[in-house]
Amino acid sequence: MRCPRDVAIVGFAQTVHRRTSENVSETEMLLPVLREVLDRTGLAPGEAGFTCSGSSDYLAGRPFSFTLALDGVGAWPPIAESHVEMDGAWALYEAWVELLTGATDTALVYACGKSSAGDLDAVLTRQLDPYCTAPLWPGPADLAALQAQALIDAGATDETELAAVAARNRAAARDNPYAQLRGRVPMGPRRAGPLRTGDCPPVSDGAAAVVLAAGDTARRMCERPAWIRGLDHRIDPQGLGLRDLTEASSARLAAEHAGAFDAPVDTAEIHAPFTAQEVILRRALRLGPEVTVNPSGGALAANPVMVAGLVRFGEAAARIHRGESRRALAHATSGPCLQQNLVGVLEGEGP
Amino acid sequence: MSGPLTAPLVVEFPFTRSLGPVQSAFLTGLRERVVLGVRAGDGRVLVPPTEYDPGTAEELRELVEVAPTGTVTTWAWNPAPRPRQPLPTPFAWVLVRLDGADTALLHALDAPGPDAVRTGMRVRVRWAADRTGAITDIACFEPYEGEPREGEAHEDEPYESGPYIREFTDPVTGITTPARLDYTYAPGSAQSRYLAALARHRIVGERCPACRRVCVPPRGACPTCGVATREQTEVGPRGTVTTYCVVNIKARNAAIDVPYVYAHIALDGADQALHGRIAGIPCDRVRMGLRVEPVWTDGARHPDHYRPTGEPDAAYDTYKELL
Amino acid sequence: MTREPVAVVGIGQTRHAAARKDVSIAGLVREAALRALADAELTWADVDAVVIGKAPDFFEGVMMPELYLADALGAVGKPLMRVHTAGSVGGSTALVAARLVAARVRETVLTVAFEKQSESNAMWGLSLPVPFQQPLLAGAGGFFAPHVRAYIRRTGAPATVGTLVAYKDRRNALRNPFAHLHEHDITLERVQESPMLWDPVRYSETCPSSDGACAMVLTGRRGAARAPHPPAWVHGGAMRSEPTLFAGKDFVSPRAGRDCAADVYRQAGITDPRREIDVAELYVPFSWYEPMWLENLGFATEGEGWKLTASGATELDGDLPVNPSGGVLSTNPIGASGMLRFAEAALQVRGRAGEHQVDGARRALGHAYGGGAQFFSMWLVGSEAPDG
Repeated sequence: MRCPRDVAIVGFAQTVHRRTSENVSETEMLLPVLREVLDRTGLAPGEAGFTCSGSSDYLAGRPFSFTLALDGVGAWPPIAESHVEMDGAWALYEAWVELLTGATDTALVYACGKSSAGDLDAVLTRQLDPYCTAPLWPGPADLAALQAQALIDAGATDETELAAVAARNRAAARDNPYAQLRGRVPMGPRRAGPLRTGDCPPVSDGAAAVVLAAGDTARRMCERPAWIRGLDHRIDPQGLGLRDLTEASSARLAAEHAGAFDAPVDTAEIHAPFTAQEVILRRALRLGPEVTVNPSGGALAANPVMVAGLVRFGEAAARIHRGESRRALAHATSGPCLQQNLVGVLEGEGP
Repeated sequence: MSGPLTAPLVVEFPFTRSLGPVQSAFLTGLRERVVLGVRAGDGRVLVPPTEYDPGTAEELRELVEVAPTGTVTTWAWNPAPRPRQPLPTPFAWVLVRLDGADTALLHALDAPGPDAVRTGMRVRVRWAADRTGAITDIACFEPYEGEPREGEAHEDEPYESGPYIREFTDPVTGITTPARLDYTYAPGSAQSRYLAALARHRIVGERCPACRRVCVPPRGACPTCGVATREQTEVGPRGTVTTYCVVNIKARNAAIDVPYVYAHIALDGADQALHGRIAGIPCDRVRMGLRVEPVWTDGARHPDHYRPTGEPDAAYDTYKELL
Repeated sequence: MTREPVAVVGIGQTRHAAARKDVSIAGLVREAALRALADAELTWADVDAVVIGKAPDFFEGVMMPELYLADALGAVGKPLMRVHTAGSVGGSTALVAARLVAARVRETVLTVAFEKQSESNAMWGLSLPVPFQQPLLAGAGGFFAPHVRAYIRRTGAPATVGTLVAYKDRRNALRNPFAHLHEHDITLERVQESPMLWDPVRYSETCPSSDGACAMVLTGRRGAARAPHPPAWVHGGAMRSEPTLFAGKDFVSPRAGRDCAADVYRQAGITDPRREIDVAELYVPFSWYEPMWLENLGFATEGEGWKLTASGATELDGDLPVNPSGGVLSTNPIGASGMLRFAEAALQVRGRAGEHQVDGARRALGHAYGGGAQFFSMWLVGSEAPDG
């Protein structure tokens, strides 16, 4: 797909992701992040031409939970604003489309998630088919374990490789002050099927925000904007028995449509909460050993639900901002066993 | 001052789900110890059946009976079952392709340990003793030594959903799926400060450092300026009724007798109204501009109600901006 | 860069009822989507992306239900987005879909909004008790009734104006076969004698709780040229939000609503909405919101909205018909209610509104709002393609 207008990620901020956040409300957690990303891009509260956020009422345990987050935005005079009940990466997608229409030149995107508010394993069962699957209450690790076992049965991975994935991500997270699990983390006992606790993501609370800008506005706001060269998302059927769990076909399709395969990337930030999912995504997204994957430590190092996908986009963009990447892939996922996937291709100008 | 507060928050409801024709047939079948699939556009038999073709989105209605025996396509040992999962003791989650089906069903497998489970093993349905028309009518799967009866179920003549349902008396058309989720609610620092002051029967708002206006109850940020608020300022206790309604219908779980007055009250010194009940005056005498003050009762977090102070009414112009 | 003009070529809605026990959640959504596709004479294969909206997931007790609905929505292998902006969501969802076409990211988009409130209980879903917070003492009507009183005080409107709206909308609903409430024996006296629930709001002046869905097919110029029936063209669309509670908030005429309308009118080249707009579908969950919105949206000057209502101008045969479909007062599946307003506006300018068609309607406003009167979404549709 050819983009009709140049749009870039020009700013990114995130919280330090933590196991709990009982001292702050969602608004209070979000406020410093918004302030930081706005300061970095020279925008005042409420000044962005469009604002879009991602979060989940079920995660928060309260209906309309996103409405209070708006208190941190400074929505006065009233702002053009929307919200997706999805990971913030899809809010970024909606904002990108809004900028492509030419309606405005800047957008603020944010996401907020307190995964610790409820019993996350129970909460996420409510995403499943309400007639035949949700009544059995299988948690996300249970389902990811079925996927991992299928991958092992297919001869595509083994427990040694999975442990190496876990170790590499958490080693990378040593350099990421925002990550939650950093450095050596024991693989621990088996949690579900072949997955040990070390194969699973932490429960994380956190928030993140990015600023998007178009054309010359982007160049003014950021020395080296991370231009969005392509962005696409696709979904698979939910039924685990309807899919080949060893493939993430919707991730591959999204990558194709985003132009990810048109030229090699040097960096990829992929949203793989469980180790085996990184193996699957590396194949689906054709990420060879020459690609630096998840220099942030990925979701295995911090996994604020509804936020972690947006963080992948922010981290990939930040690498470009800092001149550490020229062309990067960013990926977000949603639903059980990589059901829904969003892929973006970001580029910096110059060497 | 005490630190940030938390409290349990329970979200619980017995959801009532109407089923539509395909789920109705499937779940009624389970009640009668029959497993039904649906034939997709490409000829595959999907179990559990879907109402719409995952490939083409076309409506699927051709039901097919499959065997209660099948083969494990992948599995995951669950060493610590959680409440409401199918078995209370460690079990394996399995995807099972039933004989005659082309897709696999998720359920539990009762096995002595992970060493007794492998992909490709043969299993059969263990039916629940009490069946109501629910996925849990399959209590679980259990190991089964028989060979796959290839094609046997396929030899059954496919039948239309209509005629089949008529074979079942009293088809299941709806199910109740109770769900309870337990959360810990954390209102945050600003609301915790507010609540701590309420415990001393004081109402304390927070002033915005930018616009200097006072938010009450405070939420940690000035909503119009988007900046953090920290400067506490006590408001009230007296205030003005800016507007109200007379409630004549009992709200769910409300302990108050109707009629009563529900009002917006701008406390002196606050730049926005909060809400409360007005008592100590007949409903039909309550009016906009009435001056009121809070009445506290022991053990209650919030004022029980507000009552008239006896002061002259506030002039409309003094509160019209707070409506 | 120019935007692609956006055309509505297919519209569908379910039969709405307090409880649609004959269908699953998927079946409800499909009923609307299939009607929209049939109206456009398109198949699932023609759809490039799906945008779905609904209000809180607690209503059905399914978290992000679009994930499980991917097959039913024909979205497998396609992009599927989910919008949630409280009560305005049906409108916002349509606007998100329209932008995909306008930006030329997708050519043909199916947009759907639904609520199956009977899976739980709407009042439970709307008011889950939150610890520490003072419970809302009054239910949904009690939340809005004080603002109605403030409107009456501000304008001096006679106490009966609200009942005129309810009487009109319920009569309009008799002409709409999809509407939830069909009160064949309605009279103005019955409305005026119905119980006063939240004084000044009577029972007959409040909306029902419905199961229902609405869907539309949006496409660009090429798709419109192939469409079997006249399209509705999007001349303007906007969303505006303001905080829930703040110093200076005007609950009677929120600035976000005024700004949103101004943006839409600017895009559409409307300078005098009263004269230039032929029909309006406004989100009126309590009768008094009709005169309130007439002022907020610039159809009447401040304080004069009730006079427009009282004059009969907003009746089906008036010169500014409002809610010829029967409106939210007759049908209220919360997540879909906003899209129903947008869709009814489009039906009017396509000349396909059946028994509740306004003769010669060429420009129509669809309006939705939600939260604490803080989230607004609107679009203006016309029978002619926009200039340029």
